Amino acid sequence: MIRPELRQNVYIRGDAATPKFRVRELDLFYGTFQALKSVDMDIEANEITALIGPSGCGKSTFLKTLDRMNDIIPGCRISGKVELDGADIYAGGMDVNLLRKRVGMVFQKPNPFPASVYDNIAYGPKTHGVRKKSELDDIVESSLRRAAIWDELKDRLKKSALGLSGGQQQRLCIARALAVKPDVLLMDEPTSALDPISTGKIEELAQELKKDYTIVIVTHNMQQAARISDKTGFFLLGELIEFGGTDEVFDAPREKRTEDYITGRFG
Amino acid sequence: MTFSAFKETAMKVVFAVTAAVFILCVIVICVFIFARSVPAIGEIGLFEFLFSTEWAPNNTPASYGIGTMIVGTCFVTAGALVIGVPIGLLMAAFMARYCPKPLYKVMKPMTNILAGIPSIVYGYFGMMVIAPLIRDNFGGTGYSILTASIVLGIMILPTVIGVSESALRALPNTYYEGALALGATHEHAVFMTEFPAARSGILTSVVLGLGRVVGETMAVVMIVGNSTALPDSLLDGVRTMTSHIVLELGYATDLHRGALIATAAVLFVFILFINLLIVAIRRKGRAK
Amino acid sequence: MKSVAALLKQKFAPLPSCDLKGRPFVNKPSLGKKLAEYKRHPFSLVMMVLVILSALATAAVVLWIVIHVIMQGAPNLKASLFELEYDSENLSLMPAFFNTLIIAGMSLLIAVPVGVAAAIFLTEYTSSANKFVAVVRMAAETLAGIPSIVYGIFGMILFVEMLFKGFSLIAGILTMAIMILPLVMRTTEEALRAVPDSFREGSFALGAGKLRTIFRVVLPSAMPGIIAGVILALGRVVGETAALIYTSGTVKAVPDSLFGSGETLAIHMYTLSSEGLHVNEAWATAIVLILLVLVINGAAEFISNKFKKRY
Repeated sequence: MIRPELRQNVYIRGDAATPKFRVRELDLFYGTFQALKSVDMDIEANEITALIGPSGCGKSTFLKTLDRMNDIIPGCRISGKVELDGADIYAGGMDVNLLRKRVGMVFQKPNPFPASVYDNIAYGPKTHGVRKKSELDDIVESSLRRAAIWDELKDRLKKSALGLSGGQQQRLCIARALAVKPDVLLMDEPTSALDPISTGKIEELAQELKKDYTIVIVTHNMQQAARISDKTGFFLLGELIEFGGTDEVFDAPREKRTEDYITGRFG
Repeated sequence: MTFSAFKETAMKVVFAVTAAVFILCVIVICVFIFARSVPAIGEIGLFEFLFSTEWAPNNTPASYGIGTMIVGTCFVTAGALVIGVPIGLLMAAFMARYCPKPLYKVMKPMTNILAGIPSIVYGYFGMMVIAPLIRDNFGGTGYSILTASIVLGIMILPTVIGVSESALRALPNTYYEGALALGATHEHAVFMTEFPAARSGILTSVVLGLGRVVGETMAVVMIVGNSTALPDSLLDGVRTMTSHIVLELGYATDLHRGALIATAAVLFVFILFINLLIVAIRRKGRAK
Repeated sequence: MKSVAALLKQKFAPLPSCDLKGRPFVNKPSLGKKLAEYKRHPFSLVMMVLVILSALATAAVVLWIVIHVIMQGAPNLKASLFELEYDSENLSLMPAFFNTLIIAGMSLLIAVPVGVAAAIFLTEYTSSANKFVAVVRMAAETLAGIPSIVYGIFGMILFVEMLFKGFSLIAGILTMAIMILPLVMRTTEEALRAVPDSFREGSFALGAGKLRTIFRVVLPSAMPGIIAGVILALGRVVGETAALIYTSGTVKAVPDSLFGSGETLAIHMYTLSSEGLHVNEAWATAIVLILLVLVINGAAEFISNKFKKRY
């Protein structure tokens, strides 16, 4: 299912031997409820990794551990190890804000700020200290171009982002995430609120972006996972049941439960 | 028509009439106040009345200029906003985005107490406690713009806090999360993302506070000094329009009385403008 | 069903400090780490400090006022303050207290039916797109914004000078009734809107007419919210001064009829304090006044909180 021609574009940043993310024995509790059970996963750079599973299986929760967005949930407690380029992101010296700058996130529902298109994109760079107007202009343009939405929006940069269609809003949010120059893009069911055409555009965009970014996408749409991802992880009740190349997981799953889910016996 | 259908219609009319009472009240209040002010203003001259700083009803010829009082109201209002709004907004952020739940259960009743204290008690507290403090530390009589600004700044706190807090709470979580996901700190997310997102509610809270200050009477009259001269410093006393009315209405007759009622009319127009402002802000907020 | 004890135990049980394998939790930074992070973000540090300072300042101001009033007033709460008749010796606040009750009670008697009926009209009979409704709302908002001194002047012109020829309780009552109308209407409206539509539909489905639905189903369900609003309005009247000085007047006695003049508690405090001779009694009156308003507001809050939990 992976198009070989895309494989050729892959280049690895940093040490080829270390994966982008190395997750080891990750446990996560909400209060006394254990939402993730000893998850191990290596996420390779410049690939799209899809996380699938029935709702409530922990796939979104897992995604949020990668940029520490779970920290803001009261009663959420995590043990285990998550390394980004070999550095433990839960270690004392880690600056959460810089981590989240490196690991961008796109949410299930498009969530542009109630401000202009321009201000939405410029928000991140401004947060991280970019003040010069010309520099911001450049970032806004390049981010929108990367998100393949520049042509649609270049004439309405000063208009409110809330006036855009859902699909445009979501691509704007991707552009907003790209504006802070991340390495990784986390996408939490980015197309679940969109129509098929917008969904197609986002998928195409993801394919394009993986040349430069590592992408982890949570989806409840198995066809989507099969279409766009290189690796797939299947979560069930907080456990990572199966993780491997998308072809193997979909064509020859090792686990009976994976097969049952993929063939639609539950979910 | 059956009896029950008649009853339904009759009661609907009754309900509609009670709703119309509100419109009637506004009209009646306008009519009575303006009916008494317009002749007085006509006699004094509108320009003279609004812009002259000479108020001397006992002189011959008497002069009735409320320019000083308008200036006084503006000074005191500005002072109260300068003190009350920043603290109120920061406090709203505290209540909505910082305060842990157990502490909230203590802080919320505290702001409610602030809202419940009658203005006469604020006035007395200002007169007995804050005015002497100002007098001892900064000089002057203590009955001053500064004193009134402090007391009124405290009085608008619950309005600013309450309305802004609910505006912040009404925001969806997604703005905060979106900001955090871009690497913003908690403060950055709250003040640079959520505050702009909640701006119509926050602006409303400020304008409501403004209305409260402009209209406040009893607290002001006890602490503002009530001098009819233009102030030179924050430590000088002034007269606001409200305190002006309360002070002199008890003994004023004829044109003097008319001039005081006309002062109330000016106050009324101020408040109408403020109300229109609130409506405009709300409409703009809804259009978003 | 779990027992109450088990539920409580679950709620208050301390969360374990490490996971099932005995490894520490890593995602909650210690205070020291948080502070270190603030060091890297000066803007955030400044804002955080300002937020905490304002919270402290607000709390301090509330405590300052309340404690000061209690310290000054409590020692002066003498029995003589509560004698039935006022004279220049006892400075009793009882006549003012009774006048307050009369003015508050009577003005509620007028304002509540009108305010509730208007709220019923706005919520049950009309859609918000209606032009008339828009004007009524605008009028209610205007009434809510008018300063009390303007109400006082209006009451003085219409009721004192034109209708009743002199300060009187009735002039104060009518002025107060208009003043609290918007408050009663708004709180009633909120209470009515909080009643789920399924209640109304259920009643209509049983063949009940609109009126019967309103009086038998909607109003009873909304009653606590309405009562809370009424109590809030009561608090507003009790604390009011400026609108009453020139309508009900400053006579320190309960008049023989509604057409006589008599002062309320808040005005009593004003006259005591403005004479400058009765500092102690003014503080004592302040305690009574604050207590009264706080108890009233607290009752309103209590009832409306009870109400919220029901659905």
